[in-house]
Amino acid sequence: MDTITRRRFLVASGVTAAAAGTLGLREILATAGDRDPAAKTLVLVTLYGGNDGLNTVIPYEDPAYAAARPDFAYRPEELLDLGAGEALNPGLPGLHKLFGEGRLAIIRGVGYPKPNRSHFQSMDIWQTAQPDRPGTTGWLGRWLDTVGGDPRLAISSEPVLPPLLAGSTSAGATVPGGELKLPAGITPDLLTKLGASAAGESPAQARAAACFADLARVRDLITSAPLAEDDDAEAPATATGGAAPPLDQQLDLVARCVEANVATRVYSVSLGGFDLHADGKDAQKALLAKLDKALSAFAERVTGRGVVVAVYSEFGRRVKANASDGTDHGTASPMFLVGDGIKGGLHGEPPSLTDLDDGDLKFTTDFRDVYATLLADVLDSDPARILDGWSGRLELSA
Amino acid sequence: MTDRRLVMHLLRRLSFGPTAAEVDAAVRAGYDATLERLLAPVALPEPPDLGPEPDPGGSREGRQAARKKQREQVGVLGRWWLSRMVADPTAAEKLTFFWHGHWATSAQKVRSARLMLAQQQTFRRYGTGPTGPFVRAMLRDPALILWLDGQKNTRKAPNENLSREVMELFTLGVGAYTEDDVKAGARVLTGWQVDRAAGTARLVPRRHDDQAVALLDGRADGRADGVDSYADLIVRQSAHLPFLAGRLWARYGGPGPAPAVTGRDATSLLRAICAAPEFAAANGTLVKQPIEWLVGALRQLRIEPDGTEPTLRALGQIPLRPPSVGGWPEGAAWLTTSSTLTRLRAAQKLAAKAEIDDLTGPDRLEALANRLAIDTWTDRTHATLTPIKDPRRLLALALASPEYAIH
Repeated sequence: MDTITRRRFLVASGVTAAAAGTLGLREILATAGDRDPAAKTLVLVTLYGGNDGLNTVIPYEDPAYAAARPDFAYRPEELLDLGAGEALNPGLPGLHKLFGEGRLAIIRGVGYPKPNRSHFQSMDIWQTAQPDRPGTTGWLGRWLDTVGGDPRLAISSEPVLPPLLAGSTSAGATVPGGELKLPAGITPDLLTKLGASAAGESPAQARAAACFADLARVRDLITSAPLAEDDDAEAPATATGGAAPPLDQQLDLVARCVEANVATRVYSVSLGGFDLHADGKDAQKALLAKLDKALSAFAERVTGRGVVVAVYSEFGRRVKANASDGTDHGTASPMFLVGDGIKGGLHGEPPSLTDLDDGDLKFTTDFRDVYATLLADVLDSDPARILDGWSGRLELSA
Repeated sequence: MTDRRLVMHLLRRLSFGPTAAEVDAAVRAGYDATLERLLAPVALPEPPDLGPEPDPGGSREGRQAARKKQREQVGVLGRWWLSRMVADPTAAEKLTFFWHGHWATSAQKVRSARLMLAQQQTFRRYGTGPTGPFVRAMLRDPALILWLDGQKNTRKAPNENLSREVMELFTLGVGAYTEDDVKAGARVLTGWQVDRAAGTARLVPRRHDDQAVALLDGRADGRADGVDSYADLIVRQSAHLPFLAGRLWARYGGPGPAPAVTGRDATSLLRAICAAPEFAAANGTLVKQPIEWLVGALRQLRIEPDGTEPTLRALGQIPLRPPSVGGWPEGAAWLTTSSTLTRLRAAQKLAAKAEIDDLTGPDRLEALANRLAIDTWTDRTHATLTPIKDPRRLLALALASPEYAIH
């Protein structure tokens, strides 16, 4: 354990500082919700906008690939080979290295029945894990409900709460990379008072009050250096981006929390801008390079600490490119998993490029199989309880 | 609910944060007359002077300088709009804000402040009236076309982005059209090109698919005005007005399904919503969006919007920059630990600039509720605020309170 880092997370809190004098570090960590040393951590990376899976894990030996994308396909010599006629996008050298070391699992053709080509509906489906009728709770929010609902257990780096982390009785906390220093005159005691529930108030107002209580609890857990302002005007812009700080900053905060051994079990981070209907090839490569750099540095940094990262997007793109050198909304797409205990390599069946569903890939692995594996192997919970009885599972443990 | 509370509820929802004087006047006028006053047509505002569209020239430096200038112009427009919201005691700018979140177009990709302004003026010009002319105008809107890749949509390879979102998010909703309709709609919309320098969109015949297509329950012809027949087909669909009523209800009414209201435009739908018993019952159920929270506070505290952009940025809602074509989130998504912290900080800055003379006496909590158009303090908040004597500190906490976070 890195005590110095731990301590950095605990200073600046009036309550903790006062308590530190009488209780000592170990007790403080216990009250802040210290964790089982064997407990693992899940980091979920959402790629907003629909990442083009076919130009991410590329079946370059399949003649149908080049045929569908005459001006849009990569040439074999540009690619990072994975064997079996598939290769990674040239923007992903770090992930390619992890693959070579047997640490990156690529699950091909992940999707769900009756694919929805709306960003928002499909993202709802991915976040609720309810493809038939997306409800109002996210799959990790439901997990949070089952473990007692402490918001410190599930943290998002976006300024607004992703549906993913909304449970029916609890919600994760958002810590978008900013510092959690309270303004002058605002004491933890005041937060706790305003965080009490009051008789007869509307659910919205009760939630607003609960945020004060959550804030009092979360700020005991994390303080971080202020991050640079995100100059959104320079970021690649498409109509379906996420709204979060740069991914490397988000993952830096996660790494710091993991190193300090905080109670948090689930982190949600995101990278937006993948909705590339036009001029998509270079833009996607640049975005994937951002993912690659941030993710491979993070994987190195937290290796051996029981962290598993999962990367997904709401859908892939149409097999055939459009004439704007972009791709329209599609269906199944690969997922990446990397981390301790994950068996690297190519998993699942690659979807056929010729046997299509209205121009789109047919999925070969149900996304709930992946979620169930993460819930069971990383979060030590019962997937059926969280995934409406779903019993599928992948064999991914190393 | 008392008459005063009901009128206050109406004002909070249809306008941005009513002042105590506005509430008093509306109580005297009565609910129905206030509703009519709020919805009465207003003149199109004189637009701000943004200066000419920057010319990027041919060089990299030229492009960078032009981008920088464009960002400045978008900043000018955003500040001008915030000051319009603060100045407007009617429903007009709130509705413009609704339409902006509905046809959610971001300056991040459009870049041009003039095109963003032109779209906003279209909201003001057409957004209160029949939806047919409104949708016709929006399908030719240069900012929307750029935002959803309409200029890349050609006969040889249709780009479905605009066609899909028009039906899914702007006019009909999921389930009221098919994937084939998306493809057919994309063909109708082929060939529209935006001239950034001129600030106009026009049809380029050689890029346009001039074949008539089967679309929805009718046909759209392939002539230059096919886009109008597409708009007319859409607004004729039985799903269109109920979809719009549902979107208006979500932002003005409450969570859950909209009551059965009828109307043929946003004005008549809003009038029907505000007359429905469900509307009165929905008091206190909506979470204020950050812009609603901030603009309301600025109006009630009588302070200028200068210097408030960092607050909106930290709260995740920058005017002219919605996060995606789906617009901003609604409801509890805004209620997070980080937004609570940001509101605590921002409230202190706002309170530092405000008049506080009326917040020192024994009835200061009542005066505070009156000033901020809050129905009542819960026992929790009342007990928390009572010991606080410093009027600025009191005002700041009230602005950040759970009671002020919702309406």
